[in-house]
Amino acid sequence: MPDQLAISFPHMGEYSIVFTQLMGHLFPTARVFPAPPMTQKTVELGSRYSPDFVCSPFKYNLGNYIEALEQGANVLFQTGMGCRYGYYGELQEQILRDLGYQFQFLCLSRERAQALALYRSARELGCTLPLTQMLSALLLACESIRAMDRYEYWMREEMGFQSTPGSCEAVRKQLFEEIAQAHSLQDLQRAKNRCRQAAAAIRTDKPPNPLRVGIVGELYTLMEPSSNFFVEQQLAKEGISVSRVMGVWFLLFGKNHRQALKNSGPYLWHTVGANGVDSVSQSLAYAKKGYDGIIHMKSFGCIPELNATPALMNLSRDWNIPILHLSFDSHTSETGVQTRLEAFADMIRMKREEGDVANSQFGRGYRLGIHQGRGGG
Amino acid sequence: MDIGSVSTKGVVVDRDGRIMACEYLWTQGDPVSATKKIIISLQKQLSARVSIESVGTTGSARRLIGAMLEADAIKNEITAHAKGTIARHPDVRTIIEIGGQDSKLILINGCVVTDYAMNTLCAAGTGAFLSSQAKRLDIPVEELGDVALRSRHPAKIAARCTVFAESDLVHKAQAGYGKEDLVAGLCHAVVLNYLNNVGKGKQILEPIVFQGGVSKNKGVVQAFREELGSDISVDADSHLMGALGAALLSRGAKRPKPFDCDIVDLHFQTGAHTCPGCANHCEIISFYRDGSLLDCWGNRCEKGLGKKENVL
Repeated sequence: MPDQLAISFPHMGEYSIVFTQLMGHLFPTARVFPAPPMTQKTVELGSRYSPDFVCSPFKYNLGNYIEALEQGANVLFQTGMGCRYGYYGELQEQILRDLGYQFQFLCLSRERAQALALYRSARELGCTLPLTQMLSALLLACESIRAMDRYEYWMREEMGFQSTPGSCEAVRKQLFEEIAQAHSLQDLQRAKNRCRQAAAAIRTDKPPNPLRVGIVGELYTLMEPSSNFFVEQQLAKEGISVSRVMGVWFLLFGKNHRQALKNSGPYLWHTVGANGVDSVSQSLAYAKKGYDGIIHMKSFGCIPELNATPALMNLSRDWNIPILHLSFDSHTSETGVQTRLEAFADMIRMKREEGDVANSQFGRGYRLGIHQGRGGG
Repeated sequence: MDIGSVSTKGVVVDRDGRIMACEYLWTQGDPVSATKKIIISLQKQLSARVSIESVGTTGSARRLIGAMLEADAIKNEITAHAKGTIARHPDVRTIIEIGGQDSKLILINGCVVTDYAMNTLCAAGTGAFLSSQAKRLDIPVEELGDVALRSRHPAKIAARCTVFAESDLVHKAQAGYGKEDLVAGLCHAVVLNYLNNVGKGKQILEPIVFQGGVSKNKGVVQAFREELGSDISVDADSHLMGALGAALLSRGAKRPKPFDCDIVDLHFQTGAHTCPGCANHCEIISFYRDGSLLDCWGNRCEKGLGKKENVL
């Protein structure tokens, strides 16, 4: 084992900043760096050493690992859990060892992510911090995730209507930089305050009743924009307000399986693995709130989301809400996704215009000043 | 203009959406030349008094040709096909469209698209499959339909995948089936593949309109009628619906001056570069008119070369 720890981990959206922050606090002497930014080369590297039919998160992760190892990493992290993703760590470690790399591989799903096991792993890696400081670092990380997810949730809804393109992204960049530098909850609070002020200053021209689309599906494809060809940005360009509940905060603290099953109404009686139930319950919530459409995304071959698909099709028919199913893998063509998205945006826009005409005709006979539009949500 | 993978279609419509001139030819991997040929042909069909007030493009080369023609509307195939078909058949509920490389199913209720599906990854239920098999059987692709209609006992051909279908076809041929039975079997295979891959789980309601290049094949039309057990209408201009839709979508655009057909004399050139900015290696397509840059695309980040202002 070399003297200095070099800790690295794969990407998922922008969450690497929080992980870097946490690891930096737990291992002050270690070199902590996220895998190099995700590029086409990452995907190619990952695909080359992955089984062809494995789902794309595996390939992206593996590409990240290889690039991180090339940068000198000697400790790699994997979360695992959920679906068969829980077994990916084992396979990835074996593939990397077969490639001849020397490293320590920490897979949280091996010990079922129990607190004691995590504590022991941290100690084994050489964390000398007292328990209280470890806990406060963990608390700061959790709060950072909450701040990130909150801002991004707001941003997805507003981004399509900003008067100056790029202003939402600039505030996000600033917030994320400050989160990466935060050493205490006070630092984080200051970052949040600044962000709130900056966000309030962003000028938007949002119509009172914009087109709204909910995004549901498999967590990695949803959260890593380069794995879904930046679907959310494309929707924003079409002037659509996007809602997505999925985020790390939701995964850590927001998930409630029993409640989600209950909220899936008549569409699911049993759990279908990972976040399949959440996809259905969230879709039903969007349908009830009168959203214009839902986009269901998954990586190719994702079983839990595949299980949820028939339920979503029934839901789409009963609630008359269009659902676009997109499946991604390293062979997916960007043009195909773009065509489908454009057509989807056109479709919900035409549908809305038709609905508005129908509503105004209906309202004419009443003339009571009752708002005939869709219910807000 | 509807610039597809296999064929390019162009129409000129008047104020009421009636087709005044039309042309249909093979793209042959060169959408710019195909477009020029179409424009020359359309111009010949029209009197000199006609001026073209707006231009719309659709199909897989919509962006490239859109830049070339300075189009007022650049629309995806689904919206364009729906628009064109609804203009002709206002009561349509289902559009089946099979083109050279992709196939679509568009569901319509009250002139509004309510759902759609496209084939993914597989070319089995498309024209490309039919034309490659026609070549194997040495029958011109235009005659496939007539040959198929002569069959009385269509061969059963595995429809799941082109590769399996092809080996099944060879097997059936070697086993002694006549050519017409093989062709009729192929038509059924295309229909079954379409219904299983594109139409899965979707309700196909009447009236049904079948269009796209493959709709010219009577054998496939007949196979659809048999498999669905319902009537299928095929418009005389079924291959032009996408172009018609694009034209209608462009209507009402405030174009500074009418479209100039002399564009065919200009020299258009495309060039592909790989951006060296980062490891993403974005492939950037630049499109030049007489040596000056018209547009470029393919860049995925802010700093790359793809922007008009910081091109090579």
